[in-house]
Amino acid sequence: MDSVLRAENISKSFGPIEVLSGISLDLRPGEVHAVIGENGAGKSTLMRILSGHLPPTKGGLHLNGQPITFSGPVDAEAHGIVLVHQEILLAPDLTVAQNLFLGREIRRFGFVDDKAMRERARAILRELGTTIDPDREVSRLSIADRQLVQIARALLVPHKVVAFDEPTAVLTPIEAESLFEIIRKLRSQGVAVLYISHRLNEVKAVADRVTVLRDGRHIATRDIEGLEPLEMARLMVGRDMSKLYPEKPETASDQIVLTVRDMAVPGYVENASFTLRRGEILGFGGLIGAGRTELFEGIVGLRSSQGTVTLDDRNVHFRDAREAMAAGIVYLSEDRKGKGLLLQQNLRINLSLAALDKFTSGSFIDVGAEEKALDRAIKDFDIRTRSRDLLAGQLSGGNQQKLLLAKMMLLEPRIVIIDEPTRGVDIGTKEQIYRFIASLAAEGKAVIVISSEMQELIGLCHRVVVMRNGRVVGEVPQADLSEDAIVYLATGVHEERAAEIAAGHA
Amino acid sequence: MTETVLPTRAEKRKFSVDMRALSPFIALIVLIIAGALINPDFLTASNLLNVVTRSAFIAIIAVGATFVIAGGGLDLSVGSMAALIAGVMILTLNNLGGGDVGTLAVGLLAAIALGAACGLANGLIVTFGRIEPFIVTLGTMGIFRSLVIWLAAGGTITMRNFELRELYRPVYFGSVFGIPYPIIAFLVVAAVGALILYRTSFGRHVVALGSNEDVARYSGVPIWRVRTLTYIIQGICVGIAVLVYVPRLGSATPTTGLLWELQAITAVVIGGTALKGGIGRVWGTVVGAVILELVANIMVLSNFVSEFLVGAVQGAIIIIAMLVQRSVHRGR
Repeated sequence: MDSVLRAENISKSFGPIEVLSGISLDLRPGEVHAVIGENGAGKSTLMRILSGHLPPTKGGLHLNGQPITFSGPVDAEAHGIVLVHQEILLAPDLTVAQNLFLGREIRRFGFVDDKAMRERARAILRELGTTIDPDREVSRLSIADRQLVQIARALLVPHKVVAFDEPTAVLTPIEAESLFEIIRKLRSQGVAVLYISHRLNEVKAVADRVTVLRDGRHIATRDIEGLEPLEMARLMVGRDMSKLYPEKPETASDQIVLTVRDMAVPGYVENASFTLRRGEILGFGGLIGAGRTELFEGIVGLRSSQGTVTLDDRNVHFRDAREAMAAGIVYLSEDRKGKGLLLQQNLRINLSLAALDKFTSGSFIDVGAEEKALDRAIKDFDIRTRSRDLLAGQLSGGNQQKLLLAKMMLLEPRIVIIDEPTRGVDIGTKEQIYRFIASLAAEGKAVIVISSEMQELIGLCHRVVVMRNGRVVGEVPQADLSEDAIVYLATGVHEERAAEIAAGHA
Repeated sequence: MTETVLPTRAEKRKFSVDMRALSPFIALIVLIIAGALINPDFLTASNLLNVVTRSAFIAIIAVGATFVIAGGGLDLSVGSMAALIAGVMILTLNNLGGGDVGTLAVGLLAAIALGAACGLANGLIVTFGRIEPFIVTLGTMGIFRSLVIWLAAGGTITMRNFELRELYRPVYFGSVFGIPYPIIAFLVVAAVGALILYRTSFGRHVVALGSNEDVARYSGVPIWRVRTLTYIIQGICVGIAVLVYVPRLGSATPTTGLLWELQAITAVVIGGTALKGGIGRVWGTVVGAVILELVANIMVLSNFVSEFLVGAVQGAIIIIAMLVQRSVHRGR
């Protein structure tokens, strides 16, 4: 079968770092081609090259057998290649119809023709099997509906190739299933679908062929027939999974350091209760949007909240992060770039920001002490930087995370809350971060890990508390830790059952 | 992931960072050379001292504005605030009636206190009211201005006690070792400002707040306190500027301090402070204020452009400064 879009020996480097090397991939009309790999394997970069957002450093693209270079995403779209982004890129205050036609409004006598756009919007949304009102503001839609609008927007242009970048990250299994319906419909129309994910069960459910990437390299391309999720995982990780996670330290004690009862964060969390013990790594699982981040932001005083928080034997209520830090609790945000580090400032200023009191003698900052602390942090946390004068924004994701860890550890906390510790972090750094978290527990600190990666929770934690729709729905003890147990609590549906629903619709 | 040393890139970056800090000083030197070529009277000590003296009010106010702007805020009310403080201070002195040093001291303290209070009001409304600083200070700008018009009943508030005027006069016109007091005042304010911004944790917190408020909040920076304090510092600076300004004319009118806020912001931006916050340059600000006054001086001394167009040239300078900042930023 002829390919519609073919990548030949594509490489991509950012500065000295090669994130893709020699990737070849062909997409045929009427197939769903999945690209799988761990975080940092290069999936998103590959997708951005195929859709014209990035030029390759080496190698080239072929469209219908002809070599082609895209000048940008608009050019790629003009050639029928559209990308459905992972993040929601819509203007929240505009209506659905206005968003769909943003930048390509239908005009009549020079004025926008709202009526025509509304009709077209309604038609295309109906085609996607949804009844979203085109006049509704996007800010009032659920996340799943926003994603549908985003898909509709992508499909509005004539398309031969549609690329989905981790589209189910924010969806429940039922919502994901209706997305698979849309994908199958596209396939039956002869469109080539590129599907990027690291959720293997859904790849098995929707894909025809699978390409596996690992550390920026092409590992295999196989037909889905006879390729089971377990084999996919082996190809993706390429090593013994047990080596990625350190031994769980046998330090979880009976001594309760933190008790949270009936915690409520208005609009996000209701009735959340849990306990945390000394030397324990407690996981928090659930879908994105389940309220885990908001719960902990409420506890440490970054959001308004009600409920009882007992630290040791004392009831506490923190009004801001400063008070929580003074009590020995630190929270490391999942949004490293937006809430964790000052990207435009250098490493020294970032490192000492939270613990600046430790570096002031009299009223003045002791820059020498700061420099020494930076030397120590670079050594202890293995922060790799080509120069210590770099700005935090110039570090790679993994090194930013290490810097953030170093910054918060300067506060010498007793309780460490880490939200998505390995998001956007390469696999080597992941291993280091896991070992570091285990060593924190071994030192007798209590650690909470919030993660959307089931494997991470299973590999790292002593216990996992699962949240769904703003409530704590259950707890999985160490002996019962499994992906299915967590998914069941997180979604209310067994994974097999979700697969059955999927099969029923196929 | 390995990162090898790339000497060329590091060098390039270092060079452009330095450019940002250096460009106001380079501009100052270029202006001085240009001035010297245009008119031989320009490079005399008396002319240069005169220029720097005249720039003192704006420079002192602009040092305060450096804190507000580096912290991600803005204060449009400083011109009106200066007029109000000048008016209240003169009225206080007149009411006290004495001609002695004690009376003067009470008046000066009242001016500083009022400045701090005005800044506190701006700061509290911005932080606790959660309103854009642009809007808040646009509002207080109108309030302060109309208060001074009301106090002056539309006319002029003048210092009545002749002895007091004579006593106070040297603060603007006097000098030590040939350096006029206003210049000393502005160097002291700038030095203290630089010390606070660069060497204290409060200064570090201001920069963090201006870089990214969320990061500051998540790092435990007391953002409300820090932000309010920047406005109080601004108010105190305005108070100090008024102390130096009043003896010059001995009166306050409804047009006192008109458009000073724009000159102060211009000086701050020329000096290399980022208008969106996160970078503060006190000495750059000082140079920026001097540049503004130098340009006016050169225009008066030369015949190329009418001095009535000073405002236009200063307006053009702020636009050029922004363009230079952005191209330097891109060069990173």
